[in-house]
Amino acid sequence: MKREDVPPPYTAVTRHDVFPTPTHDEAARFNFLTAFNKYLSGVIGPGNKLAYEKRVLPAFRAEHQRDPKDRFEIRHAMNKDPWHRFWSACKRNSMEMRQQNGRAMVLRQLDALDAKARQLNADRPTLQLDPSVATPRYQNAVDIHCMPGSYHGEERPGDVSAGANYDCGIFATTAGGLGALSDGGGQALVEWIKRERPGWTPQRILDVGCTIGHNIVPLALAFPDTEIIAIDTAAPVLRYGHARAQALGAKNLKFIQMNAEDLSRFPDGHFDWVQTTMFLHELSGKALPQIIREGVRVLAPGGLMLHLEQPQYSDEMPLYEQFIRDWDAFNNNEPFWSAMHAMDLKKILETAGLPRASQFVTGVRAVVDPAVFPIAASGEKEDHGRAAVWNAYGAWKPQS
Amino acid sequence: MSDIDYILRAGARAKGKRPDFLGDPSSERMLSILLAVVGEVSVLKERLDTVERLLDAEGTISRADIEKYRPDRDAAYERGLMTKEYVARIMRGVQQEMEAMQTDEKPVADISVDLRDN
Repeated sequence: MKREDVPPPYTAVTRHDVFPTPTHDEAARFNFLTAFNKYLSGVIGPGNKLAYEKRVLPAFRAEHQRDPKDRFEIRHAMNKDPWHRFWSACKRNSMEMRQQNGRAMVLRQLDALDAKARQLNADRPTLQLDPSVATPRYQNAVDIHCMPGSYHGEERPGDVSAGANYDCGIFATTAGGLGALSDGGGQALVEWIKRERPGWTPQRILDVGCTIGHNIVPLALAFPDTEIIAIDTAAPVLRYGHARAQALGAKNLKFIQMNAEDLSRFPDGHFDWVQTTMFLHELSGKALPQIIREGVRVLAPGGLMLHLEQPQYSDEMPLYEQFIRDWDAFNNNEPFWSAMHAMDLKKILETAGLPRASQFVTGVRAVVDPAVFPIAASGEKEDHGRAAVWNAYGAWKPQS
Repeated sequence: MSDIDYILRAGARAKGKRPDFLGDPSSERMLSILLAVVGEVSVLKERLDTVERLLDAEGTISRADIEKYRPDRDAAYERGLMTKEYVARIMRGVQQEMEAMQTDEKPVADISVDLRDN
């Protein structure tokens, strides 16, 4: 048995100043879920493909005299398969148990967490909340990834419960794949830009859909002289995220409650880096191109637009893989996931003013401390939807 | 102490219709309860392991010691392995069903007839 086959313990999570303190048993509950998730994806995840190849596909061919034409036909066929149904039921329960454990841990100590956040947030110009910002429909049509209350929910006015719950469970859902601060995505951005553009110091960075800022804090710490603005529509995650950033020493990072569909507060060309990380799939068919358009408008000539996402579906991606990557869309409350991953992002970027020649796609893997944390699996045993392996869809905006 | 009933609110339902996985609401509920119990047994096992390790190391123990216990790298590996093995044990039926899909087996009754006659 190799060490990396055993996930790290929940006690390896960094407890920054606003991180909820787990009891022994709460940590153990997350340890169980970590092991269970790894088992579901790594050990018996391949069973889904087996069920497809051995019986679902042959039965489909016998009935229709042809192969499935898209991932939806595969889903409808697989949803009749008892093995896939049982696997999905286990996985859904694991997601629900993660929410219950995270919320139990946060809500029993909410007084203390709110007090710490208030202390770190009070009178700071780096946190700007705007109660007039409405929760977009794509954020409250369902509770995204089965997180009760979604990002904007409050147990009482002004609390940080949504942010704290989000933060404390990422470790379990990703089996530690994002590292001690669940910031492996942000760390990967830092590593990537230092390699891609050595010596470059952006003046201003905009992070769109930042939630608790876990993916932008590493950039703020790596570029201490850069002015960084992180926006989101949900106040509860911004309150928590700002307190978290302050606790981690990221003082050049401003959190603003704002809907990215309208960035008119910023002039054209204001930022030289516009970033989203695992955000585009939580929008809508109208909001996504609008946010890209606004992002390109506020991006300076020569500036970088970068979107970290799970891989887009393409004709080259086998339909079965598209289907299994779609699991969260229909079973874990990610209603835009499927449509978003089928969008032609390159065309959307082009239409928004970033010509094809300026675009690139690159693979990015979470950067974690390999002595403690696992390097994310990819391929058949990948935990689709949660794997710390992304595609970065980006462009350097032309100078003129 | 906050006035929130944190026990009740921890288990709040997420907005969005839950998929029907097993074709029968009772089976869905039974699986939810079973997996929760499975999780709690894992928690008890881990707690017992903590108690044993503290007793090994100190010869005495307090609840505060249990709460502040943090396994070192080797202990974390051993405990992680224990939980991994535990999950594999409770999921045996599912794993074997997966293995069964890889082969095309006749019922044992057929083999029995075959062995009787040949």
